[in-house]
Amino acid sequence: MGESPLHPSFMEVPMGDEDRIRPVGEREVRRLNRRELLKLAPLAVMGAFAVPGLGERLVNRGLALSDRAAERFFRRGRLAPTFSDRELTPLERFPINSYSAYDPAADLANWTLMVGGLVQRPGEYTLAQIRELPRRAQNVRHICIEGWDVIGNFGGVRLSDFLDFVGADPAARFVEVTCLDDYYSSYDMESCRHPQTLLCDEMYGRPLTGEHGAPLRIHMPVKLGYKSAKYLYELRVSNVLRREKGFWEDQGYSWHGGI
Amino acid sequence: MAVTKSGLSIRSAEVEIAGRRETLAREHPWPVRFAHWLNAISLTVLTASGLQIFMAFPSFGPKIPQRDLLHVPEALRLGGWLGGALQWHFSFMWIFAATGAAYVAYLFLSGHWRQVILRPQDVRGVWPMVRHYFLFKPKPEQTEPYNPLQKLAYTSTIVCGLASVATGVLLYQPTQLAFGAGLIGGFGWVRVFHFAAMLGFLAFIPGHLVMVALHGWNNFASMLTGWKRNPDYLKRP
Repeated sequence: MGESPLHPSFMEVPMGDEDRIRPVGEREVRRLNRRELLKLAPLAVMGAFAVPGLGERLVNRGLALSDRAAERFFRRGRLAPTFSDRELTPLERFPINSYSAYDPAADLANWTLMVGGLVQRPGEYTLAQIRELPRRAQNVRHICIEGWDVIGNFGGVRLSDFLDFVGADPAARFVEVTCLDDYYSSYDMESCRHPQTLLCDEMYGRPLTGEHGAPLRIHMPVKLGYKSAKYLYELRVSNVLRREKGFWEDQGYSWHGGI
Repeated sequence: MAVTKSGLSIRSAEVEIAGRRETLAREHPWPVRFAHWLNAISLTVLTASGLQIFMAFPSFGPKIPQRDLLHVPEALRLGGWLGGALQWHFSFMWIFAATGAAYVAYLFLSGHWRQVILRPQDVRGVWPMVRHYFLFKPKPEQTEPYNPLQKLAYTSTIVCGLASVATGVLLYQPTQLAFGAGLIGGFGWVRVFHFAAMLGFLAFIPGHLVMVALHGWNNFASMLTGWKRNPDYLKRP
């Protein structure tokens, strides 16, 4: 074993020299054991995680650190894999999660998307206006924070195109949405500008059904499913996040949610 | 310095305890001990929170129809709910990965790897140890701190650690790292392999604890103080 410069051992006895060096006495052995044990003492700080209240605050910071890492790691140019129609999960086997199982039954005829915040053209936008933007459809994986995934077909317009359409401030940092079912969420602008991030009004080539978020939802293959808010109602562009960052996010899910 | 029967040199000290001369061998340098106990904490947290996360969808198949594979008792879970468990997991993943990186770097920079890592010449010694433990055959001579079976076990934990971190990174960023995730079959398979890496640790830990219990205080204390009294693997001058 190599000599490690990190750990000089004052007790080292060269081979063959044992008789010339007086063996260390019992007290010295105890002192030495204590010394070595003390080197493990910093591990006691881990006990902070076991303190009620403090532990939760610490792991909250841990999540925030992970969020920052994910946000820094994110590149708009990296595309989520796309799939052939054969690989699609059939629409009837596309799961609907508990919160959004409540269908607020939007008044489709009179529905508009309210747009506000740092945009040049705030106001109400009809579905027909939104649908005039270049359309695209994609077969992408939808990954739920719970651990399941499905491959779905999502159609609509790029959120990026819509942001340009309403004249969103190019330097703005966030997009916040509110939904008809009182769900709400917020996003980093980088992810909103990702080419596969859609304002989605169709799934599997048909208008969104009630349980999938009619008439308009967000779909982001670059984020976990809870970030793909359904039943959009209001969209704001901003530089400062409100205290309410998202329905699940406020309860402890990752804010960034990027995958 | 003393020399093991197999020819490894190991730091040692001659001491006098109760009037008797003894030899102490420093089996575990403090970075190893530090990493060991920190890993014990991290692995406990990561496993328990991981099981809580798994309970949100305890299956590897489709969501519809969902077939649950197991039910993890509440007592073995950490975090209370999916979101809480993810916070624990996303905190301790940093600690675990950093500890692992520092430990592996230390192993190779210090040369301590010779004591731990299974080498080709150790392989033929594995079977006799298995026969000793499982078929009650005589114990082969202990020629250095770890016998070949131990080296196999400890080397496997390093492999499990690397596998759990690698699959964990892919599971965290399966879209940004779509190429890497695709190499092992995509998101669903990444999740399977991440679970398998945990099973690797779970396969190691009970055996490890049983052996620690069987080998008594002197052996256990060496992971606290580093020193082992009168080990039988030292070459007598």
